[in-house]
Amino acid sequence: MSQGILQFVNFSFKYNAQAEPTLKNINLNINKGEKILIAGPSGSGKSTLSNCVNGLIPFSYKGESKGQILLDGKPTDKLSIFEISKYVGTVLQDTDSQFIGLTVAEDIAFSLENQCVEEPELHNRVKEVAELVNIGTHLKSAPSELSGGQKQRVTLGGVLVDNVDILLFDEPLANLDPETGKKAIELIDKIHKKLGLTIIIIEHRLEDVLWRSVDRIVLMNDGEIIRDEEPDKLLAKNILSERGIREPLYITALKYAGVDLNEVRDVASVENIQLSEDAKAKVRTWFNLDVKKDKPVYEETLLEAVDLDFTYESSRREDVGHHALDKINLKVKKGELLAIVGKNGAGKSTFSKVVCGFENHQRGQIFFKGEDISSLSIKERAESIGYIMQNPNQMISQTMIFDEVALGLRNLKLSEEEIKERVNETLKICGLWAFRSWPISALSFGQKKRVTIASILVMEPELIILDEPTAGQDYKHYTDIMNFLKGLIKKDITIVIITHDMHLMLEYADRAVVFADSKVIADDKPSKILTDEDIIKKASLKETSLYDLSLKCGIQEGSAFVDHFIDYERRILEND
Amino acid sequence: MINIFNYIERNSPIHKLTGATKLIVMLLWSLGAMVTYDTRILAIMPIISFFLFAISKIRLKDVSFMIGFTLIFMLLNNILIFLFSPTHGVSIYGSSHEVFSILGPYVITWEQLFYHLNLVLKYLSTIPIVLLFICTTHPSEFAASLNKIGVPYSIAYAVSLSLRYIPDIQREYHDIAQAQQARGLEMSKKAPFFKRLKNGAAILMPLIMLSIDKIEVISNAMELRSFGQNKKRTWYTEGRFTKWDIVAITLGLALVVASFVMNYVNGGRFWNPFIR
Amino acid sequence: MKSNSVKTIVAIGIGAALFFVLGRFVAIPSPVPNTNISVQYGLLGFMAISFGPIVGALIGFIGHALIDLSFGWGIWWSWVIASAVFGFMVGCFKPLFKINEGEFGTKGIGRFNIIQVSGHAVSWVIVAPLLDMLMYQEPVSKVFLQGLSGGLANAITTAIVGTLVCIGYAAAKPKKGSLKQE
Repeated sequence: MSQGILQFVNFSFKYNAQAEPTLKNINLNINKGEKILIAGPSGSGKSTLSNCVNGLIPFSYKGESKGQILLDGKPTDKLSIFEISKYVGTVLQDTDSQFIGLTVAEDIAFSLENQCVEEPELHNRVKEVAELVNIGTHLKSAPSELSGGQKQRVTLGGVLVDNVDILLFDEPLANLDPETGKKAIELIDKIHKKLGLTIIIIEHRLEDVLWRSVDRIVLMNDGEIIRDEEPDKLLAKNILSERGIREPLYITALKYAGVDLNEVRDVASVENIQLSEDAKAKVRTWFNLDVKKDKPVYEETLLEAVDLDFTYESSRREDVGHHALDKINLKVKKGELLAIVGKNGAGKSTFSKVVCGFENHQRGQIFFKGEDISSLSIKERAESIGYIMQNPNQMISQTMIFDEVALGLRNLKLSEEEIKERVNETLKICGLWAFRSWPISALSFGQKKRVTIASILVMEPELIILDEPTAGQDYKHYTDIMNFLKGLIKKDITIVIITHDMHLMLEYADRAVVFADSKVIADDKPSKILTDEDIIKKASLKETSLYDLSLKCGIQEGSAFVDHFIDYERRILEND
Repeated sequence: MINIFNYIERNSPIHKLTGATKLIVMLLWSLGAMVTYDTRILAIMPIISFFLFAISKIRLKDVSFMIGFTLIFMLLNNILIFLFSPTHGVSIYGSSHEVFSILGPYVITWEQLFYHLNLVLKYLSTIPIVLLFICTTHPSEFAASLNKIGVPYSIAYAVSLSLRYIPDIQREYHDIAQAQQARGLEMSKKAPFFKRLKNGAAILMPLIMLSIDKIEVISNAMELRSFGQNKKRTWYTEGRFTKWDIVAITLGLALVVASFVMNYVNGGRFWNPFIR
Repeated sequence: MKSNSVKTIVAIGIGAALFFVLGRFVAIPSPVPNTNISVQYGLLGFMAISFGPIVGALIGFIGHALIDLSFGWGIWWSWVIASAVFGFMVGCFKPLFKINEGEFGTKGIGRFNIIQVSGHAVSWVIVAPLLDMLMYQEPVSKVFLQGLSGGLANAITTAIVGTLVCIGYAAAKPKKGSLKQE
């Protein structure tokens, strides 16, 4: 093997604050021009690995390291963070924090300004890079005027401006809607081909990254590299799902159907996969297995929006005058799990804010159990409708778990005794009883999420609305959260989830409502929606690869095929 | 972006001056207006500034909201001063010419009225020029301008960062406050005063924790893009100096010099028309 | 430049943005009719004891100047400087606290409040009125009473909001010790 542009040689790293090393004996060789995907569950060390590449370790985060990292043959411990940043450009997950300029142009120029690049080179270079990342028409825009995808392109421009050799993406898909994520992967691919850069993508959403081919997948677990292989070979094995990484759905379906993927060429792309007639027949046979379950029918309407119309008026927001809800008609049935999907800014979040009374609609009505709640205050509505924000850190204001959950009850001036009883009961339901005397800061992200759900559940609402409950979570944590929510349904709580996650909607939602341009454009079973090309296009959703697979195998009923997959999977999970 | 600093894009000679020039003129002008109470100078300054306003193509209705604030502030301050010190003018000018008496110590004198006139003129001298600066200078130019007049670039960049993150923090605050209200945290008059403050702290807590986390990520992002590598940095938004910049700065300097000269001539900060 | 100083600069920028938002948009009605109390000095007290005098002074200065600019009444320098003095004074006592290591007990609360009350006293009863007199030639009694009432309101909000925020922040810092599930 030739000497790569980036090499890890017997490298280990331990943070000062931790007892155990986070990276253990890493050996990795990345050649110039390669495109690598680093995957692994949360806490597997992939972010630490990326911080070692871009120099944040050891310059910002202190710890002990053993072994060596060679960048273009030079040991990185002999380089300054500024020298490293000439080689490695990093696009962080949180684009709002990386976008530090007041306008697009200033942000792209930032690194050049710091290196004292003078006019006219400064303006020319910014213009050139802005064109490369398709943001050239927005040079004077402020970050708040841009979408998530546009902001990400600016941050990419801000590192490309330096003529780096290696581009490092830390979970680039985490905050994007499906269509935007697809575009981001396409842009990364375009830059890879055009500039011949080395690309390292850290991401656990495998299927979405594989929308464009990668050369290798490096699988990490518990601080070690456990696989370093071509995607075709890796996907044919079962190692991904064993390690808590979600494999592409069509791969799982092929495995369920008993197709031996080691025999199949181009496994990593649903577009190009070479299925033999025999394999297709196996899929069709599997499709004909009877696994159908009786789906519960939900009759009673819990919440109903009638001709709901809302335009932002408050001068506090930048979106004054934005007609965010256009005659929305929508019913939530008691006991169901409803997904609301659509691209950012389509009106999903506004809808939930109007329902909770955070914003007041101008026309139309909202009924809860048949009663018009339009005139009720935030607090009054909160007694029956709970709202849970995306990031638990946005909601937590107390230091102890008990106090956080008790907060709402204390504001109702209940007796301490009753509060104690209700809080304890809720903590048990949420699986937090064992931690009841812990400070919240000692909890993991997923546990904090549960605390915020508990703090709402304790108020005994009948409906809870969750904004992106699984964003940024790996497959294991995602499954934990969703199973917990499923459990709540059994306790007679109705759940509405706002999400970008197509898997979530397919696997867990009874029904999905699609928002596009402030209107509801579809209201149907998720399997129907994700096999309808027209709706997918209008709402910037992403078709499921199961649908592509069904077409390849000559199955006409795409939506039925998707339903079959979900039913089959539920049966397997239930038998576990 | 909600335009908190009220920048108004127009094609005018004032807009074309560099941010640094406008900052220097604003500071010189404020200094000039601050050091002197010479009524003649304080009367000329508003006239020049209204003239500059006309050149800048900023219309009255563009700034009516801010002028409203200012007038209320000005009125309140005048009333307070009169209530606390109805003879402040008498002690400054050293004579007392009564106009009429209201009650007890509250006697209206020409000296007091003249002092208030000076105070009002002072507002009218400083405020239009600050408004003009805000309305004609894009926030992007603030930091570059501060650096240009000698503020270290790191501190100038801190100003730029706060302008960048004000809208984000504002939105975040708004979202957090709504969610906490749903849990019964009241900051309005429905809750007793100390409870309101306590609830305020509960709403602040998530906002501050998120902001502290943000500090870490932003500083990483800045270091990964070479911030702090050199003793200097260039600025994308730094405009080009023209002869009009020199004219503007000369005007500012002339005003400061005039103020100091008049203080010297008057033998103090006040011009006293009551001594003949 | 060391990596630490980049963080300092970001702390100033974000701190000033928070100070601005709290001062400009967050109004808690005070017991006096039609007046609002703002909570930004609680934040400033907290930022100063966790980041030190330079950060404290500059958050006060930049944050307050931006508030003045956004209202359009020009920069009221005397009060802007007083805010900076408060941030600086409280920040000077940073070494007495271990808030970043998660400690802020009864002793910390007591110290913090003695320091913040003295800080407000110096800023609003001495610095601001003197500057007002020097720069604007305003009458003595007016500027002192104004300073006194402003200082008192700020000290109350800092005592409640600032103290609570410090306690909350310290508690959220991971501490060594054994956490057992019950």
